[in-house]
Amino acid sequence: MTMTFADIQKQAQEEWDALQKGKAPQIAVGTATCGRSAGAMAVVKAFEDELAQKNITAHIREVGCSGPCYAEPLVNIDKPGKPTISYKNVNPDMVTEIIDAYLLGDDPLPQYTLGSFGEGKIKGVTRFLDTPSFKPQERRVFRNCGIIDPTNITHYIANQGYEGLHKALTTMTQQDVVDEMKASGLRGRGGGGFPAGRKWEAGLAAKGTPKYVVCNADEGDPGAFMDRAVIEGDPHSVLEGMIIAGYTIGAETGYIYVRAEYPLAIRRLERAIAQAHEKGFLGKNIMGTNFNFEIKIFPGAGAFVCGESTALTLSIEGKRGMPRVAPRPRTTEIGLYDKPTLLNNVKSFSSAPMIITKGAEWFASVGTEKSTGTAIFALTGAVNNCGLIEVPMGITLREIIYDIGGGVPDGAEFKAVQTGGPSGGCLPASLLDTPIDYDSLDEAGSIMGSGGMVVMDEKTCMVDVARYFLDFTEIESCGQCVPCRLGTKQLLEILKEICKGKGRKEDLDLLYELSLAVHGGSVCGLGQTAANPVLTTLRYFKDEYEAHIFEKRCPAKVCKSLISFVIREDKCKGCGICAKSCPVSAISGEKKKVHVVDQSVCVQCGVCQEKCPAKFSAVDCVSPRVKVEAAAETETS
Amino acid sequence: MEDRLSEILSPYKGKRDALIPILQKVQAELGYLPDEAMLEIARVTGLPESRVFAVASFYAQFRFTPRGKHSFMVCRGTACHVRGAEKILEETERSLGIVEGETTEDKEYTLETVACIGCCALAPCVMIDEDVEAKLTPKMVSEIIDRRKAQ
Repeated sequence: MTMTFADIQKQAQEEWDALQKGKAPQIAVGTATCGRSAGAMAVVKAFEDELAQKNITAHIREVGCSGPCYAEPLVNIDKPGKPTISYKNVNPDMVTEIIDAYLLGDDPLPQYTLGSFGEGKIKGVTRFLDTPSFKPQERRVFRNCGIIDPTNITHYIANQGYEGLHKALTTMTQQDVVDEMKASGLRGRGGGGFPAGRKWEAGLAAKGTPKYVVCNADEGDPGAFMDRAVIEGDPHSVLEGMIIAGYTIGAETGYIYVRAEYPLAIRRLERAIAQAHEKGFLGKNIMGTNFNFEIKIFPGAGAFVCGESTALTLSIEGKRGMPRVAPRPRTTEIGLYDKPTLLNNVKSFSSAPMIITKGAEWFASVGTEKSTGTAIFALTGAVNNCGLIEVPMGITLREIIYDIGGGVPDGAEFKAVQTGGPSGGCLPASLLDTPIDYDSLDEAGSIMGSGGMVVMDEKTCMVDVARYFLDFTEIESCGQCVPCRLGTKQLLEILKEICKGKGRKEDLDLLYELSLAVHGGSVCGLGQTAANPVLTTLRYFKDEYEAHIFEKRCPAKVCKSLISFVIREDKCKGCGICAKSCPVSAISGEKKKVHVVDQSVCVQCGVCQEKCPAKFSAVDCVSPRVKVEAAAETETS
Repeated sequence: MEDRLSEILSPYKGKRDALIPILQKVQAELGYLPDEAMLEIARVTGLPESRVFAVASFYAQFRFTPRGKHSFMVCRGTACHVRGAEKILEETERSLGIVEGETTEDKEYTLETVACIGCCALAPCVMIDEDVEAKLTPKMVSEIIDRRKAQ
């Protein structure tokens, strides 16, 4: 006999409560990709070994990413009756210490902690939620990440999981779901910002069968990894959103298009799909109704343009992912296999269950009028607290970078923040008070995008950044339309010349005109936004372009053709380390005498500067280049 | 190879829309997509050979030459870029004695770059097979390579 949803929920709740309220301590280790990269699996093993050896009963569970990647590997320890303590940058050696001091004794080792959360206070340990880094955050899409075991469906169910699906299937019509989604104001979290409710409405209204639901998890933007974190940390929330969407538009098949470079995310999804089948949330007659739904995983083969909806559906069909040409039909009408298809991003689907369970009003209770709910960013680059953050829409860039991110490291000065990846732009310090929402960012010349946010300091060259992004889009352009294929190539060529110190004064106007042409003439979003990095750097950092072109100077000392490494006579002690490490033998000098760089040989790799002992710091990087001495030239000629 | 190929392809007879999963599977088994495999895929699925090549050459994942035993991927994501990925790549090239896209003479390593592996908070990083090495300096890269060579 199959269990009712109420029975399943009750059982899950009991299991979760036994864990939460039991006598044994709980140890939760973040083992998403970021945690693993920092060594989390060795930490898990150390806990297992040590607990077994010391004969201690405790529950170890692997959880997803809880956000503060800078503190990985992150371990949360729950002792009965105490608030949870988060230990940061844990390594296997610290495991022994933590077990001895805190699990066996009562010393929380405050020096190792990131903070505590939950009720109560532990002496010496900061309360997480009171810190500037966490206070402004609102965890909604990330509600379960870092808390539940993503490979265990009962943990998800015990935390209101599949309640939204049950509510939709048993108490709401398809139109009711559409109305709720529309009322929530949710806008497409893939970056486009199209109102999700209207898309769902169009999916429901579309004629033709079968219909499809497609989840876009082809997170290809360099600098963005939140979709991966959601899938790795809470895969069922994505499945539940897709199943609700299937019910709403009348589809029986869903696809998740996920990057093949995310092997762990794919494994988590496979497992979650199997579990959902076992519980009767996927398959035939879901939750005892006559609704059937299946979800398939499609590992993407590495093409950034497949993030574009029409290219993505063609890719699933086994074709080249080239966006459809105008007049472009809406995917909701003609999508996968030319059938009506509802395509949303991972975070949009993950938001749907909450909207159904808690209501549109709750969802819209944070954020701004036109951008409701929360935004997720991958905050990285020159910022102290790198990681994933979830904040109410409308918060300012300044609050994100300085409060949550803890500012720029090493006392360096903030220069720019890049949002929206290769389709976005670079915003300067003067725009730090811009509120984060779809429309304000658009107005500033950038985009919300899928949520990459890279902070840049004075060591970043803005011309080089523009070149970097064009390098990316030029490779990723699918090649079918001329403005994008040739336009990005030409933009890149001009930028490369400027970086090489061969820029001409007319290049500035040419870059601008060409950018507008690429923007106006390209078929799809990739081309239309490809010039944004150029346009925004031209708009806000024109002085850097001018320095490159007119003074042959790279202010950030990044562009190799415009810099020289020189050894300072007053600081060099003649230790010889630089000469030994120089890959092209450009450095000469006698022991204990000042060394010299032969500029005609030097390849500007910077190894000498890196290797020069910090107490001497005798190698300087200068721009513009020092002139190669005429005498040396005549000698060689 | 013929036997292995027909074994891999047997469930896909006539399945034209499974082309990408087929290519992925063949590459996972053989390490790359040799010409004869491409022709066989076309025959089994009933797709024109041009179409099989067109699709395979469109996606970055697919390769047509054999690779080294290990893959050494330097991430060029934005966060890695602003934190010195260029220098990491240069040091890797120096230490391995090859440039991007090449394979070492002993067929141990193939050096590639990747647009982003999503470990941006731990930038700059590289991915060696499935392991990520994070927060690197050029010095650490040469140490990692020396250590691996010594093993």
